[in-house]
Amino acid sequence: MNDTTPSKNADDSPKSIISRFITVTETDPRLLGMLGALALIWVGFHFYGVIFNDFGAFLTPRNLWNLSVQTSSIGIMATGMVLVIVTRNIDLSVGSMIGVIAMAMGLLQVEVLPQFVGIGHWSISIIAVIVGLIFGTLIGAIHGWLIAYREIPAFIVTLGGLMVWRGMAFLSGGGRTISPVDPSFALLGGGPYGAVGASISWIIGGLACVGVGYVIYSGRQSRIKHDFHLRPMWAEIMLITVGWASIIGAVILVNSYPWPKGIVRQYGAKVGQDLEGTFISHGFAVPVLILVAVGIGMTILMTRTRFGRYVFAIGGNPEAAALAGIDTKWVTMKVFALMGMLTAIASVIASARLNSATNALGILDELYVIAAAVIGGTSLAGGIGKIYGAILGALVMQSLQSGMVLIGFDSAIQRIVVGVVLVLAVYLDIVYNKRVKK
Amino acid sequence: MANVGTPLVELKDISISFGGIKAVDRVSVDLYPGEVVGLLGHNGAGKSTLIKCLSGAYKADAGEVFINGEKVIINNPRDARDQNIETIYQTLALADNLDAASNLFLGRELVTKSGFLDESKMEAETRKIMARLNPNFQKFDVPVSALSGGQRQSVAIARAVYFDAKILIMDEPTAALGPQETEMVAELIQELKNQGLGIFLIEHDIHHVMKLCDRASVMKNGLLVGTERVENVTEDDILSMIILGKNPKRAK
Repeated sequence: MNDTTPSKNADDSPKSIISRFITVTETDPRLLGMLGALALIWVGFHFYGVIFNDFGAFLTPRNLWNLSVQTSSIGIMATGMVLVIVTRNIDLSVGSMIGVIAMAMGLLQVEVLPQFVGIGHWSISIIAVIVGLIFGTLIGAIHGWLIAYREIPAFIVTLGGLMVWRGMAFLSGGGRTISPVDPSFALLGGGPYGAVGASISWIIGGLACVGVGYVIYSGRQSRIKHDFHLRPMWAEIMLITVGWASIIGAVILVNSYPWPKGIVRQYGAKVGQDLEGTFISHGFAVPVLILVAVGIGMTILMTRTRFGRYVFAIGGNPEAAALAGIDTKWVTMKVFALMGMLTAIASVIASARLNSATNALGILDELYVIAAAVIGGTSLAGGIGKIYGAILGALVMQSLQSGMVLIGFDSAIQRIVVGVVLVLAVYLDIVYNKRVKK
Repeated sequence: MANVGTPLVELKDISISFGGIKAVDRVSVDLYPGEVVGLLGHNGAGKSTLIKCLSGAYKADAGEVFINGEKVIINNPRDARDQNIETIYQTLALADNLDAASNLFLGRELVTKSGFLDESKMEAETRKIMARLNPNFQKFDVPVSALSGGQRQSVAIARAVYFDAKILIMDEPTAALGPQETEMVAELIQELKNQGLGIFLIEHDIHHVMKLCDRASVMKNGLLVGTERVENVTEDDILSMIILGKNPKRAK
């Protein structure tokens, strides 16, 4: 069947088992590299704790669960930053946008809406989230308009945005911290109540397994239909097995982190039962589920739609994209509006998690978001970037940070390490790309 | 072959200037079905600029465009494509980070019923057209940056040919090619011509012009020097039109 369509590596000389494995399964070597780095960081921090503090705190359900929640907000923004950087732009304003959007949503929940519907009304959190999303999209659209139609460099527009929106956040709240947010809004930030529990986690895991199976099956069907090169059966089965094992592993992990005793007691009092000593699982945290949904949605957008194709084309050759009839300005504006919307989602999570809106919310986030995208393989020259890479990049950044907190490094050292890792990651990427080209 | 009836394309009194410099000054050329018209002139004579007014890359300051005798407005590349005008640019205008199929269908992607990109269909179609144009072409799953000059050229040509162009603009299609590939392009031009397409060919090599074109329009400093049937002129006549800006035979 493959006579008409020779495998792309038919002419390659014999290689090591690993590179043959990568070729046959069509995995991205960069993905494997990042997973390897992540494993190294996790194990490293764990054993550092075991050796020097007599307690390895990193590879515990509790820490990994918290890590997943902490990654959500940066990870969600990093997926948008991939598009921004792929189109040869940059967005320095996301951290300040988080602040101003959180402040708007906080004021709405705490001071505006209760006047009309009363404190604790069910509609407050919904209205706040919707207004936040619209506000974020609007800010992004304004940035995008200035960049695309007024041709001001993105660096300048968003540097201005960094200052303007931080100032606006301060002004709108008068420098105060707006707290506490609406209780149902707070669920979006995670915490024991903001997690879905054991049974729903298993259901989600089951659906994810079906999804992985479907994607691999339909991919194979489509290749058969068009007579393209097929992956060997063992590789398909292995991919499914690895996918399922990771999903089931994740479910077991989040389900083995129990609610703290205090929360169990509090919850028991609320439902009128004595739950003392009961093991209640957290399950997946809501923000993590939002991150996964955003990640899947953005991956589909980038790889399966015209919009995503145009984003890559503009990054690869803006002139060619325009000559192909693509409205490059409109696409650019949409990219920034989307970045704004994703920032709003991140802002919901960040302020819900803190249970308050503060002026300082999101400070320096832009740098972590850009670092996450770049560590995840997004090229600052444009045209190249992957959504899952950015999410993994965010996880790497967050793992480093919380790992250093766990073993007691102070914040000055944390910054030095994160900075060095960023430069090192990009350097390794450059070295890798050069070797691939040879 | 005498050109009678309505021309396929008629560019009338096209002018465009950049920062006060008239790149094209009241130039009129036309093109009939099944005809190849060569555009010649020094670098900077205004050939590419003129043609970009037809392909939608530039918008002319003044002048009119007629397709099959009907006046059309071309504001952008999409308008040109709607008139079945396809262009092969000198720079090829390929997105280097995308593969051949993505480039071929750029801006006109095939989608499934649910509105998502139909990658497999696009790759299958690309394989079909490439099998016709350049049977040696096998690199379907790498970015076009990994292709040789000739392979990139065949992707650009495939893009123009695939969508049933009626009017084809080729801006120095053989500039980056070796002798064998140049011969392939020459055969292709002949084949497309026989199918009734009209082709504007921007070309520096006078041998190619004499061999491939039916007529030659020569430009100098943004002005049209003249248009001649190639059988009525010698290579030297054309050269003096390019260099001196006049046709020695007509001057007599």
